[in-house]
Amino acid sequence: MSTAIIETKDLCKNFGAIEVAREVNFRLERGARHALIGPNGAGKTTFVNLLTGLLLPSRGSVLLEGEDVTALAQAKRVKRGIARTFQINQLFRGLTVLENVCIAVSERLGVGGSMLRPAGKRADVIEEASRLIEMLQLGGDAGRRITELPYGRQRLVEIAIALGLNPRALLLDEPAAGTPSAESHILLDAIATLPRDIAVLIIEHDMDLVFRFAERITVLVSGAILAEGTPAQIAANHEVRAVYLGNALDV
Amino acid sequence: MTAAEELARRHRLQWWEALPWIASIACFFAFPNYLAFGAQVLITILFALSLDLVLGYAGIVTLGHAAFFGAGAYTVGMMAMHWGWTEPISGLLAAALVAGVIGLASGLVLLRTHGLTLLMLTLCTMALLEQGANMGAAWTGGFDGMPGLSFGKILGLFSFDVLYYRSQYLYALAALFLCFVIVRMLVYSSFGQSLTGVRENLLRMHAVGAPVRMRQVLVYTVSAALAGVAGALFTQANGYVNLAVLGLERSAGVMIVLILGGYGRLYGAFVGAFAYMVLEHVLAKAYPTAWQLGVGLTLVAVALFARNGVIGMIESLRRRFAGQGR
Repeated sequence: MSTAIIETKDLCKNFGAIEVAREVNFRLERGARHALIGPNGAGKTTFVNLLTGLLLPSRGSVLLEGEDVTALAQAKRVKRGIARTFQINQLFRGLTVLENVCIAVSERLGVGGSMLRPAGKRADVIEEASRLIEMLQLGGDAGRRITELPYGRQRLVEIAIALGLNPRALLLDEPAAGTPSAESHILLDAIATLPRDIAVLIIEHDMDLVFRFAERITVLVSGAILAEGTPAQIAANHEVRAVYLGNALDV
Repeated sequence: MTAAEELARRHRLQWWEALPWIASIACFFAFPNYLAFGAQVLITILFALSLDLVLGYAGIVTLGHAAFFGAGAYTVGMMAMHWGWTEPISGLLAAALVAGVIGLASGLVLLRTHGLTLLMLTLCTMALLEQGANMGAAWTGGFDGMPGLSFGKILGLFSFDVLYYRSQYLYALAALFLCFVIVRMLVYSSFGQSLTGVRENLLRMHAVGAPVRMRQVLVYTVSAALAGVAGALFTQANGYVNLAVLGLERSAGVMIVLILGGYGRLYGAFVGAFAYMVLEHVLAKAYPTAWQLGVGLTLVAVALFARNGVIGMIESLRRRFAGQGR
């Protein structure tokens, strides 16, 4: 078996007596289109937080391309190619869309600590940020502050920031949440057209999106993996239907 | 104008940025009898500018910034008193170094915390230094401080002017200009942009892979060094130093100056220091017993109606007129 881009081994996380991740053994393969689904409170966001280093596990390990990074800080994992979006927008609200993406690109290019040149003169950073902004059809909003944008457009900025980090693994935490349907197609197109060399893990409740996008699905219930397989396998899984999907899904 | 052009334009020098400097030089000629007061305003601007770097740009809330002002003030005072080192410019550099080292050491510990804990710890740092200065009377003069200090000629040419403060004023202006150039370069650089990122969203800043704490400690150190220069200028211009340079009143005062002018706006320190000190001066002259009431009412009005300070108010007015013009 080839080395997965992200792998977890017996990953556990407790908050006091509450177990939010239980012996999770998970692989995100290179270039994967992988979805993580499960009912509310199943521990999906906690799992992403464990992968990115925002939370440290109680037991078990996280491997990045075969190397144990369990003790590695979040910022260092980002440098190794893990980027994420948040379930609730985490943006630089007082800054413009361009500045938001520029901050991410500057950090990736290692110029975020540069004190001499004005940020407005860094053509390489600005060009790349502008390209990403155009790609996500945010060109008209590039000079607007985040606070002036509707929520759905802000979700796109989340993705632009993550892409600005040039990730090898992109973790999308409910990217379509709160997005009106008029804008969600831009988001879905953006996700669908992500470069194939980026492995994508998406957490989503919108089953249409999941089954359209994912090539592999993991079902998480009460912090443990209930099932994993192709969309067809998951849709046919009685246990998953009973716990999460119900009978509404017709694949 | 595209967003990229707008960003580049914002970071370029604008014509109106010459105004504070032209006004400062004009004041030198127009108000020769107020140069002592003018020098204090310039020193306060520098102190407020150093606070703006941490509070306005990096979002580090501190009530103990006078610790660094005091460290700089006492450094040049003690050097002059005990070693006879009265050369002013090397004094400023020594003050920057000492205040910077204290900033670095305290920043490494303090900046592990946030919010109220951080606020309390900045106060504690200042209180520790204040008590240190109070108890180390053999070195610091204790409660009485060090009066009657005299300093050598600036660049070996210009004596400190006891009566008219001409050299003090120009010396403080030159120091402020050099420090301002550094601050301006920092806040418009990628480093400055990342500091704004830290202020706006700490969680996201970690998630883009920024070494957040290192950046905070770095800016805290630079800011402390600049505050140290302001403190040193204070001692050199006035010829004395006492415990008041390290007090809460000074820390709170400079924060009020910055809030009045508008924090995170570079020129807020200029407008705030000028407005606050002139207001204080005029009211104290007109109503010697109740002038603080006037200052208090003004601050209440600013807090209620101009939450981003005078500069913020000007910005929103400009935006409103620009909106109407379209």
